[in-house]
Amino acid sequence: MSKLTMKTEGDKHIIVTRHFNAPPEAVYRAHLDPKIIQQWMLGPEGWTMPVCINEARPGGKIRYEWANAKGGGFYLTGEFLELEPPNRIAHVERMHLPDPTPDNHVETRFEADGDGTLMTMRMTLPEEKTRAAMLATGMERGMEASYARLDGML
Amino acid sequence: MGGLLAFRFKISIYLYKVLLMNLDAAFSALADPTRRAILARLAKGEATVNELAEPFEMTQPAISQHLKVLEEAGLVTRRVDGTKRPRRLAKAGVEAMDQWLAMLRKALEKNYDRLDQVLAGMQHKERKTR
Repeated sequence: MSKLTMKTEGDKHIIVTRHFNAPPEAVYRAHLDPKIIQQWMLGPEGWTMPVCINEARPGGKIRYEWANAKGGGFYLTGEFLELEPPNRIAHVERMHLPDPTPDNHVETRFEADGDGTLMTMRMTLPEEKTRAAMLATGMERGMEASYARLDGML
Repeated sequence: MGGLLAFRFKISIYLYKVLLMNLDAAFSALADPTRRAILARLAKGEATVNELAEPFEMTQPAISQHLKVLEEAGLVTRRVDGTKRPRRLAKAGVEAMDQWLAMLRKALEKNYDRLDQVLAGMQHKERKTR
């Protein structure tokens, strides 16, 4: 029900799906409202997001800054491409470490699913090499033993 | 939202960079079907260049070239056995990739579990004001 799935589509995309027990309007808002984003988009325990800028309009800027108690930190910038409330967000993002990583194109869809929402996030991986290789690793099968996975590649 | 960024929280930036460099090489190495086949063969046990060349109908130099890419990516290592140099899977390289994928998944799961709580709170508030 609320289990996350992760799979590849063609050789260009990784697709993540997740069900939420709230209507699309709420899930959409939770992805755009900085005050709400700061409550959940935090990765593993121990990190906070002191800065969250989200100009929710086409061309609008995205900037998230994370920090931990040990003084570590890094940030992400991006731009919104298209917004179709409450069903679709298309944006591009990159990490700064501090050198920027290649652009990651992300499309996030929210569809009514019973009383809740089915979120489908599609990430477009920037490099063909990387994309093909990620496909090869069969990541949708989860964490099997490394060697069993290699066996399954053929 | 967040996508690939999520798993990066877990490790320090320095470690991440090192990992990314290695992973990039590993992923590039894996993009080729012959190299994937070589890895699959080595998953069953170590093999010499000759043994590897046989089923692929490729010349030894061609196989050696593929092995070089796999070795540089940290996916394959070689052992000295007299005049032979049998190749075997390098565990660390393969595990780093698994780790990479697992971390992405774990961080996303963590984020969305948290979002479940946030959404529950939002719904609760809405019902109150209605």
